[in-house]
Amino acid sequence: MLVRTMTILLSIRLSSRKIITHQNFQSKSLGFLGLVNHNSSVSSYSSLFHCKAGSSSSTFMPIGESYPHKPHALLGTLYSFLHYKSTEAQNQLEPQYTHEDKDDQANDFPGGKVSFTSEMTFISETPVKRVPCFRVLDDNGDPITYSNYEQIQQLSKEVAVKMYNNMVTLQMMDTVFYEAQRQGRISFYITTMGEEAINIASAAALSIDDLILPQYREPGILLWRGFTLKEFADQLFGNQADHGKGRQMPVHYGSNKLNYITISSPIATQLPQAVGVAYSLKMDRKDACAVTYFGDGTTSEGDFHAALNFAAVMEVPIIFICRNNGWAISTPTEEQFRSDGIVVKGPAYGMRSIRVDGNDALAVYAAVHTARRMAISEQRPVLIEALTYRVGHHSTSDDSTKYRPVDEIEYWKKSRNPVNRFRRWVEKNGWWNDEDELELRNSVKKQLLQAIQVAERIPKPPLADLFSDVYANLPSNLHEQEKLLRETIKEHPQDYPSDVPM
Amino acid sequence: MATALQRFGRSFILISKRQFSNSSTSCEKKIAQQSGKSLNLYSAINQALHIALETDPRAYVFGEDVSFGGVFRCTTGLADRFGKNRVFNTPLCEQGIVGFGIGLAAMGNRAIAEIQFADYIYPAFDQIVNEAAKFRYRSGNQFNCGGLTIRAPYGAVGHGGHYHSQSPEAFFCHVPGIKVVVPRSPQQAKGLLLSCIRDPNPVVFFEPKWLYRLAVEEVPEHDYMLPLSEAEVIREGSDITLVGWGAQLSIMEQACLDAEKSGISCELIDLKTLIPWDKETVEASVKKTGRLLISHEAPVTGGFGAEISASIVERCFLRLEAPITRICGLDTPFPLVFEPFYMPTKNKILDAIKSTVNY
Repeated sequence: MLVRTMTILLSIRLSSRKIITHQNFQSKSLGFLGLVNHNSSVSSYSSLFHCKAGSSSSTFMPIGESYPHKPHALLGTLYSFLHYKSTEAQNQLEPQYTHEDKDDQANDFPGGKVSFTSEMTFISETPVKRVPCFRVLDDNGDPITYSNYEQIQQLSKEVAVKMYNNMVTLQMMDTVFYEAQRQGRISFYITTMGEEAINIASAAALSIDDLILPQYREPGILLWRGFTLKEFADQLFGNQADHGKGRQMPVHYGSNKLNYITISSPIATQLPQAVGVAYSLKMDRKDACAVTYFGDGTTSEGDFHAALNFAAVMEVPIIFICRNNGWAISTPTEEQFRSDGIVVKGPAYGMRSIRVDGNDALAVYAAVHTARRMAISEQRPVLIEALTYRVGHHSTSDDSTKYRPVDEIEYWKKSRNPVNRFRRWVEKNGWWNDEDELELRNSVKKQLLQAIQVAERIPKPPLADLFSDVYANLPSNLHEQEKLLRETIKEHPQDYPSDVPM
Repeated sequence: MATALQRFGRSFILISKRQFSNSSTSCEKKIAQQSGKSLNLYSAINQALHIALETDPRAYVFGEDVSFGGVFRCTTGLADRFGKNRVFNTPLCEQGIVGFGIGLAAMGNRAIAEIQFADYIYPAFDQIVNEAAKFRYRSGNQFNCGGLTIRAPYGAVGHGGHYHSQSPEAFFCHVPGIKVVVPRSPQQAKGLLLSCIRDPNPVVFFEPKWLYRLAVEEVPEHDYMLPLSEAEVIREGSDITLVGWGAQLSIMEQACLDAEKSGISCELIDLKTLIPWDKETVEASVKKTGRLLISHEAPVTGGFGAEISASIVERCFLRLEAPITRICGLDTPFPLVFEPFYMPTKNKILDAIKSTVNY
């Protein structure tokens, strides 16, 4: 029986860097996120631990020699990760940590064997070192080291240019639609500014067969999959062409054709649903996974914990992508949780996890691509925490300068801009130039304005759509209510919007 | 089919005191020894689940402790027969169970989720109200989770106290987009559950746990369905209409029998589906009798009886000869020692019948 007892990771000292496969650690201030090491290796988070590779039931140990007590006693639990790129670390582990406790009595309880210790040690609540953040490109768009990740090597000019193209389109879409809201043409809008790389690079790393269960800051996946600017505009205006029949607030997109399940406003509800979707994919032996997106605030909801636990227990192909953008409306992450972000929560549920630089399109691409392969071929969940920053306000109903400094926003908007960073890399490859840029921006702007103009003129959905789809078939109470409403409208037409066809 | 079924009450083994049976094993044996047609309610549910899994390879049964047969034995034998991929335990987390079920149903499966007690359905309230109920509507019918059925045992058992006795149906009756169904007997349970599982809408199916072992009647062995949103007149009468659902109907039936001895003719209606409910059948009956009594175990204030009362006043105002009466649970948490005081008992109903008729 595979034992998946997990020890809490936070206490582990990782001082012996020599034995970690990562190269070129760079500490980088991520502003609100504090100091997080950047790491240029794609080895997943679990590579910080020693596992006997090749064994399905490995001894799970920390790397490092300075734990004050006996980590092997404290952490001598069994762990079943099939390990990813961690053999090097294993070979270099000090022997003292690979031994079983001399007093090899163990508590053989229903969850598996746990060794005893005579040391009364409380696991520390704070990690000595934060989990590093995987990145490929530095802020100038230069690869940090020579990276031999096949995903990036194989990234064709065509795909890379489409990625850049989509990132720019997403950025411009936000500018134009945001402005349309300010002009009062649409009622509400939410921008994705600052998170273009997570949106587009993750979409590029997935297949269209993968089911997306989004929150509301991931329109980039739809864009990548072919949702047209007019389709976006139709939803924002709630017109007759809106797939959602004008029933939901702007930005609650959905597309059956593009495997993008319609957005709902409640936070975290899509997460346990995504596990059910993934279970169905597993039963059907599909070459696809479920992918669900959410923010840092979401991780405080019960549904987040329900979903991670269900996914781990049910061994389903699913990727959880957390956009840790530092802010849940006005609540900063330090008022949201006391853990080292989100990534550390994965292993607590028995889930492989990685932290990536969400503003590095290549890092996101490589991590999601790898996670997808693991999720499907090994039928397991993977958690990705992408560190980023919400450059825009929470929504058009929010003014974020009331709770965070303008400097901070400007810094992330300019110095840490994911679109600019990716552009530099594409340019350095000789795949993009100023002329292309100008042409793209002109063309997207034209398409956006046209989309708005057309969508604005399309009539609203007919009144019958108020009553349809509550149930598969219209029940008698709704039939009755529709009849009554129509009579009232006849009596008082001035009370009702004239642009809704009767 | 419905007409061929025996009417409620005729073949029931009723125990006058509401007590939770402790003699489960002997009870089970008794049923096993019978012809295979006479079943108690949990066995009827079990048979329906067998049929649902048998007839649809995309049907799944899951929830807390369902693998070994469930704490009420409703899922007995399913995992052995259909495998652990289709019948499985979930972690102890109701919001996870329903959320998972919605996702599974959204992929075109029949997701049959069990919530161990209706008292514990509240963590899943958000998933039911904000997600399952609106899944089709908010997507413009691009997506739906119509394959979802949530089963939950509800109601008094004699010793359940606050958290093993509640009747939370009214909360869910305020939610457009789901259906709420409560069966009264084994044959009803089987036919209605199969309808719910195959209905293209998400359904919350409350099972009267008091009747799991106590109610025994002949249940056809074959695959049959009973219509949703259709009430049934289970006892015809001319002086007063009584409306109820689930376990309460047996108490109301006893009150009707006693009233008959006093010369009062009662018409008893099983609503079966609470939303969308069959107003027409109740309306027709009240127009005939001129009087209405509604009874449910849930607290009277804000209970579904209030909705029925309001609707019938709207439709039958001039035909009513007395105020509509509600005999329901008290507006207290469900109590342990005081359960006999809390309950809408036969004599409370009988007294109300008499005072309504003599108004």
